[in-house]
Amino acid sequence: MLEFFEEFPDMSRGDLRDFKKVIDSAFRSFSRTYGEAIESFFDPILWFLIWLEKLLLATPWPIIMLVIAGLCYLGARSWKLSLGSILTFALIGYLGMWEDTMSTIALISVATLLCISIGIPLGIWMARSDRVQALVTPVLDVMQTIPIFVYLLPVLMLLGIGKVPGLIAVCVYAMPPIVRLTNLGIRLVDKDIIEAAEAFGADKKQQLFGVQIPLALPNIFAGINQTIMMALAMVVIASMIGVRGLGIPVLQAIQNQYLALGLMNGLAIVALAIIFDRVLQRYGKRLQNYRKGPNND
Amino acid sequence: MTDIKISINSLSKIFGDRPNYVMQHVLNGMSKQQLLDEHGHVLGLNNININLSAKRLHVIMGLSGSGKSTLIRHINRLIEPTSGKVIIDGENLMEMSQDELREFRRHKASMVFQKFGLLPHRTVIQNIAYGLIIQGISEGEAQERSKRWIDKVGLTGFEKHYPAQLSGGMQQRVGLARALATDAEILLMDEAFSALDPLIRTNMQDILLDLQRELHKTIIFITHDLDEALRIGDEISILRDGEVIQTGDPQDIILNPADKYIADFIKDINLSRVLKIGSIMEKTTNASGPKLLSNTSVEEALQIMNSTDKGIAAVVDVKGKTIGKVSIKTVITAIAHSDRDNNGPRYK
Repeated sequence: MLEFFEEFPDMSRGDLRDFKKVIDSAFRSFSRTYGEAIESFFDPILWFLIWLEKLLLATPWPIIMLVIAGLCYLGARSWKLSLGSILTFALIGYLGMWEDTMSTIALISVATLLCISIGIPLGIWMARSDRVQALVTPVLDVMQTIPIFVYLLPVLMLLGIGKVPGLIAVCVYAMPPIVRLTNLGIRLVDKDIIEAAEAFGADKKQQLFGVQIPLALPNIFAGINQTIMMALAMVVIASMIGVRGLGIPVLQAIQNQYLALGLMNGLAIVALAIIFDRVLQRYGKRLQNYRKGPNND
Repeated sequence: MTDIKISINSLSKIFGDRPNYVMQHVLNGMSKQQLLDEHGHVLGLNNININLSAKRLHVIMGLSGSGKSTLIRHINRLIEPTSGKVIIDGENLMEMSQDELREFRRHKASMVFQKFGLLPHRTVIQNIAYGLIIQGISEGEAQERSKRWIDKVGLTGFEKHYPAQLSGGMQQRVGLARALATDAEILLMDEAFSALDPLIRTNMQDILLDLQRELHKTIIFITHDLDEALRIGDEISILRDGEVIQTGDPQDIILNPADKYIADFIKDINLSRVLKIGSIMEKTTNASGPKLLSNTSVEEALQIMNSTDKGIAAVVDVKGKTIGKVSIKTVITAIAHSDRDNNGPRYK
């Protein structure tokens, strides 16, 4: 009787081994049967990523710098920010990190586009149905808390090492904020304004595109911003499974204790993050200009 | 009489989980309080029957919790009733499909809200055009057609402003213009001026009355303010605990309050300003003294009569025909008489 309290009544070792074996072999046979089909499903994304990376690498650097400065100005309407980003990129190039930076930008862009195109519709769906919200929220919690290596394992078994598993790893980690903030933004829209739209005969689509999404935009932008930040944080992990970019030198630096190499590439990632963040935040603020009262216009 | 535009028939609304189940108790005469205590359901509206005439301004007055905002939301079915009908131009609103209902809201009834309900990301002109855009008119044409309403409500020059840049009174003028721009025959106004300070409120009432003289809409105006009701209403219904306790024109309600609850209300208003001499005159075709129109307020009449020797006046209709007479004494009696019931509790 005492034994029951002293030792946890666990599964016998043999049973546990068989249990694990069943799962392993089931997944192995699944990946053998469907691996190729799933791989070809992701092909278009892979082609797009490769095309974008090649484009960025093939374009002469002065043009890239001009485009970046232009985009910064369009987003933030600030010459200071544009100038700052040009100087940052000049320094990155001068320190020999230009190509890795271009690869990283390509990866982040594709990952962000993917997250937006899945995350925003999902967030809208969650906002319109409490049941969907109750179902999706725990999934998002898992996506954000499960150790990265644990979900990388099945992805690697299925797709092998390469750009696509890297992209999937980045997206799993980076997508939750955009979904959550889209949902939140739409739910926070003033009920009185929705009622007014309804009283004028607006149908669901007119309410969504004419009222809910425009008023949720500041929150949606905060979500996009968070998604980009989290994608950048995943660059080093992604490089472990064969994605080119600023993560590779960081990984080498860790393995060989090259302090300068690690710092330089790490700081390049930080610089990218700061530029993206400032531009998007300013853009998000500009979207809310209409909220300003009579004295600040 | 004028023709009936909106007919509300035995309309009831119960809030709660099983409204249809407890409806039977209400039909058997259970009170609002009992229903709440024993079944946890709130009786919002109880067997409302009113007919609203076309092209008149009908005020529904009640204190908070009386069900007035619930009632007005049944007239465009923003709230579904537990039982009863709302018949508009011979058609039962409750039998309309979702598509028909949307068409009804787009073209036949527009609404003005207590908290304005403007779209903060659209400019004044874009807000006024909103109803037209929902109707499917292009943004450009809708704004073109909205321009005349900007002038009508006195917002010229503010077209490109955002709602947050305007004062409350101006925001509600946008709300009013938005509702008028759809050319709907029915205008629902839910405590439209309650959020505004008193001077602006009077000003908005004048704007509404001026527009109504020209447009002849069927207006349903909700308020908790009896002064406002008496000032603008062609007809007033008083609502308490989800029931209509009196309907009549303003003079009728002041002079013949249906019960003590209404009498209590009237005690607080300035009778001499609301009461018209037409409703207290002595009928005769032969009278001397200065000629006063029958809709002259008692206050004005007193001033004029006081400046004459005899203290009397003749009451005439719009064509100038004498229809009655009043004296300072009749006027004072009328005011003093209505001010009875000074004892006892104010509210039930």
